[in-house]
Amino acid sequence: MSTKDNNPAPALLLETAQQSRRRFIARAGALTFSGVAVAMLGGRSTALAAGTADKAIEQDIRILNTAIAAEHEAVAAYQLGAESGLLQPEVLKVAVAFQGHHKEHVDALVKAVRSLGGKDAQARDDYHFPVDKLKKQADVLQFAAGLERGAVSAYAGAIPVFGNRDLSAAAASILADEAMHWAVLRHALGLDPVPGAFFS
Amino acid sequence: MYCNRPSLSWRSPAAAALLAATASILLSLPVAAQAPADLAAGEQAYAKCMGCHSPEHNRTGPLHCGLLGRESGSVKDYDYSQAMRKARIIWNAETLDQFLAAPLSNVPGTSMGFAGIPDSQERRNLIAWLATLNASSDRCRSILSKPRENS
Ligand code: HEC
Repeated sequence: MSTKDNNPAPALLLETAQQSRRRFIARAGALTFSGVAVAMLGGRSTALAAGTADKAIEQDIRILNTAIAAEHEAVAAYQLGAESGLLQPEVLKVAVAFQGHHKEHVDALVKAVRSLGGKDAQARDDYHFPVDKLKKQADVLQFAAGLERGAVSAYAGAIPVFGNRDLSAAAASILADEAMHWAVLRHALGLDPVPGAFFS
Repeated sequence: MYCNRPSLSWRSPAAAALLAATASILLSLPVAAQAPADLAAGEQAYAKCMGCHSPEHNRTGPLHCGLLGRESGSVKDYDYSQAMRKARIIWNAETLDQFLAAPLSNVPGTSMGFAGIPDSQERRNLIAWLATLNASSDRCRSILSKPRENS
């Protein structure tokens, strides 16, 4: 589960979101006292709807939601791989474990968005996966490796643009997890698992 | 709509070739002193986009077939941010160069949560490659002709 103590990333995201909201409340408090009371009583900020929210927090919510959309896609892709019937039992176990990580990423990111008073992005109902190209186990692994590589890139591009550095730190923790997936998948494909000192 | 562009010209291979040539001239104009765009390097740079985009399909971000020449926020069935829908940018070498350098400051309020590509030569290569995703390319032909046939 996403809130277990032994998994720091979700807790970090949640804590971060709460801190960010506290900062936001502190700032908003200078302007409207009643706004603060509403936000604190409701446990969620209604300020976004009222249009008084800090632009930086709105932007962080958008960045988090874009990450959520990508994580939903990864969950769906692993589902396709798991149901393909092409994976050997041990490989299937790994794929299901990786899918579980992506689900935990979704949970953590969703919690962060909600704590900031935002609405979380939903999964699409139509993902276009290259189903016709998945004929053997290696094809599925290659497909998954491509998605993990893309995810690493996406987090690398998102980390510098969070207004709140704690969210950057949490995203870095997710990036590291997805980079490990990528390396394991490359290894399983017989490729050099760590192709270089830098990732770009 | 992303298919909403001068229509006939895209159907003729000669016109498409002319357009491609014009695009590459335009791409090389503002920075004539620099090296010409490297398509292979541009395709490699696209790996940075593939976490969210693909040429052919809407994913986390909108599809890129037919990007050059279309208006921002205009791909059918893609749920853009308000900001991108209202931006009214025509994507060309220059506007893409500005956007890709710093998406979030170029279109404040965009949901493309990506820092950008600081290296101008890398942007040039990437944009030159994006320009090949037109109606005369194998991977985009059917996508770019489909909506028009249906309409
Ligand atoms: C983290 C995910 C992500 C990454 C990585 C990303 N994009 Fe995007 N991109 C998006 C999203 C989401 C949108 C929709 C933006 C909006 O509606 O505000 C978008 C929109 C765009 C648009 C506007 C398209 C239109 O139809 O108006 C262009 C151009 C674009 N991206 C190019 C790129 C390129 C080139 C790269 C790689 C250098 C890239 N993007 C990397 C998520 C991403």
